Amino acid sequence: MRIKDDIAVAAPIEAVWSIIADPERVLSYMSGMTRWEIAGDIPTGLGARYRMLFRIGAAEVGGLIEVVEFAEPYEFAWTSITGLDQRGRWRLREAPGGRTRVELRLAYGVAGAGISGWLAEQIAAPSVSRHMHDTLRQLRRLVEQEQLRERAARRRAGAPGA
Amino acid sequence: MAQAKASKSPRRNGHEPPADVDNLGVGPSPSPSLLDKAWRGLAGVVQRRIPRADLDERDPDYIREQLPLFWLLSSIWFRGEVRGLGNIPDDGPVLLVGNHSGGNMIPDTMVFTVAFSTYFGVERAFYQLAHNLVLSLPGLSWLRKFGTVAASPNNARKALASGAALLVYPGGDYEVHRPSWQSDRVDFGGRKGFIRLALDQEVPIVPVVAIGGQETALFLTRGERLAQLLALDRLVRLKVLPISLSLPWIVNVGDFGHIPLPAKITIETLPAIDLRAEFGPDPDVDEIYDHLMRLMQETLDALASERRFPVIG
Repeated sequence: MRIKDDIAVAAPIEAVWSIIADPERVLSYMSGMTRWEIAGDIPTGLGARYRMLFRIGAAEVGGLIEVVEFAEPYEFAWTSITGLDQRGRWRLREAPGGRTRVELRLAYGVAGAGISGWLAEQIAAPSVSRHMHDTLRQLRRLVEQEQLRERAARRRAGAPGA
Repeated sequence: MAQAKASKSPRRNGHEPPADVDNLGVGPSPSPSLLDKAWRGLAGVVQRRIPRADLDERDPDYIREQLPLFWLLSSIWFRGEVRGLGNIPDDGPVLLVGNHSGGNMIPDTMVFTVAFSTYFGVERAFYQLAHNLVLSLPGLSWLRKFGTVAASPNNARKALASGAALLVYPGGDYEVHRPSWQSDRVDFGGRKGFIRLALDQEVPIVPVVAIGGQETALFLTRGERLAQLLALDRLVRLKVLPISLSLPWIVNVGDFGHIPLPAKITIETLPAIDLRAEFGPDPDVDEIYDHLMRLMQETLDALASERRFPVIG
């Protein structure tokens, strides 16, 4: 099953990237995530591994994932090592007016599970889709609020351009 | 030939040699009656059906491929909700001690196994002890691939010594067939062997409290007297012959399978208990038992108070 969603964020691409690439901030915008922790010696970047779980139906699904593409500030992709088979990608692109278009893609499934696997993917899809939708909105809120705070801080400091 | 070999085995299925199948308490008659012979024949059939204990039968790939099916059952049919899995230590052997509900269809075990396997991954060894009868029921051989082994001290020790997580239901057949109106009661029937096991193996205990399974059928009675009358304890290690109202049989005697009603099953996993750290270097088994009973009953009371209607939850 492949699901994707996107959103426009009123912030420069670097501001969005700084949050997506920071593993410490994932829980603040990822909807439905029940567990997220760094697994291994590399906290961020290519080869970083994370243990993650989402609540879908009666179970928390996920497993160990590894970052397989880390092209700052455009592409952040991961694939599963254990647990549910999954590939995911953050795709960031500059948009007019200093905005950023953020796309979140996820492909998941269980190889070899047959019809029940297909059925489970279909039944889980609305829930996964809703989590992705909420994640993008929470990310947008987080990034835009940070932009507002930064602008307010610059204004208070009387910095030029505030 | 294979059967003949199996019957001569000094140890079957992790058990010490079973109660003498040839002596079913009908008296040392030199010329057994027809009824005696029938009992012996039936006992032999049942004993031969019980699979040999082999932890290696657990198959992570099989579990992984079956998880979607059981996730569907767990999510849609039972609307399963398992809380507190983070209380289970991330690695190392651990004894998960649950209250048991739902008759021989073990819906609570299924919901918990799905949740455990997705949470920790199928790579983490996880075994469940089950009654001989469950393992010998036709069509349930796949349970062994999920890590289900016959309930015996030897199997339990082997599983924990291998570093696995082990789920046990001390109440066993006694608790799982209690009347449905006792759904909110933890009843291990005074069985404390699991505490000695945890102490001997020096593993923590994690209580696992479940509700909802007893609403998957209308369980009427354990039928203990009936079981005693039929000498089922010596025959198949059964102290009960439950009678319930369930689908598709309507009146179900013995519970050799039924279609469970779609009752909501909620399971709460409590923090791990290091027995020697909490009860001292030479802990009193009765004290631990009372503590666990109190803890699990309080949790079950809380879960019961969340339910508004039977089955619906």
